[in-house]
Amino acid sequence: MSFDVNEYYSKLNGGDVLIAYKGNVSSELISNVLEVVESRMDDYSEDSKIRKKVYNVLVESLQNLYHHIDVLPPSMQKEYDEKFGILVVSRVQSKYKISTGNFVTTDRVDFLKNKIDKINTMSKEELKDMYKFILNHQRLSDKGGGGLGLVDIARKTGNALDYSFHKYDDKYHFFNLDVYIDFEKK
Amino acid sequence: MEPLSIEGTAKTPTVKFDAQEGVIEIKGRSIPENSIEFYKPLVEWLEEYSTSPLELTQVNVQLEYFNTSSSKCILDVFKKLEAIHKGKNEVIINWYYEEDDEDMLEAGEDYESIIRVPFKMIEIVE
Repeated sequence: MSFDVNEYYSKLNGGDVLIAYKGNVSSELISNVLEVVESRMDDYSEDSKIRKKVYNVLVESLQNLYHHIDVLPPSMQKEYDEKFGILVVSRVQSKYKISTGNFVTTDRVDFLKNKIDKINTMSKEELKDMYKFILNHQRLSDKGGGGLGLVDIARKTGNALDYSFHKYDDKYHFFNLDVYIDFEKK
Repeated sequence: MEPLSIEGTAKTPTVKFDAQEGVIEIKGRSIPENSIEFYKPLVEWLEEYSTSPLELTQVNVQLEYFNTSSSKCILDVFKKLEAIHKGKNEVIINWYYEEDDEDMLEAGEDYESIIRVPFKMIEIVE
């Protein structure tokens, strides 16, 4: 059976959810999401240190989506725009969880896996060095992405990046990334 | 030389560059999707300023948030300042961070280790 994005989204969208979204990821959408999440964290009277981490990581997660989603399986193009992504921010067991998802072409899967696996094996110090190296040596793309997003997220959260790929058809996979921010400072 | 003054928005910082006073200020949030466009006039202004800078240029960076797209552009701004400093004019970068914001302090230290300009880390106590 092929991957069903709606079913997957429903599964994510449960528990203590601050915001859940499925659809076109535009600059305006990013602004709106940030505003909503900021005000929801105010409602929780969240500690300012945690609030800042969640905000920072959310910005990178959303902009990662924004910069990298450019493919959508033809069978989904009737219903959705090309910049289709999903986002769920929730609170689970003393952690904030930021889940993002988007389609990628199958030929990108190994590249992404290797990149994330590599980041996940790195120590805080190694991540810092890698961040500084990319910052100093790599040019920004025309779209404004710098290849720093995932390294920055790993560095700020101190947690491994949790990911999965789901086969949609021969050409496309759905890429899900879960990022966790602990309530307690590490 | 005309000062550069940009009003801040939800995604871009307030900018005040003053050649007469030798004061460069960037404050607020810097989280645009594409930061190149926003930072271009800042880098160009500094390019011109660097042809006849004051003996002392004071730089105040007080950011609440900045994204990785901005981080490269901020480095470009600092590289212009580094060139002024190399030219035997004094430059000091005051990097402000809120007292509980270790990530922002670390970000300042990252720049300090890349850019050859004296940094001063200033904790804002509420």
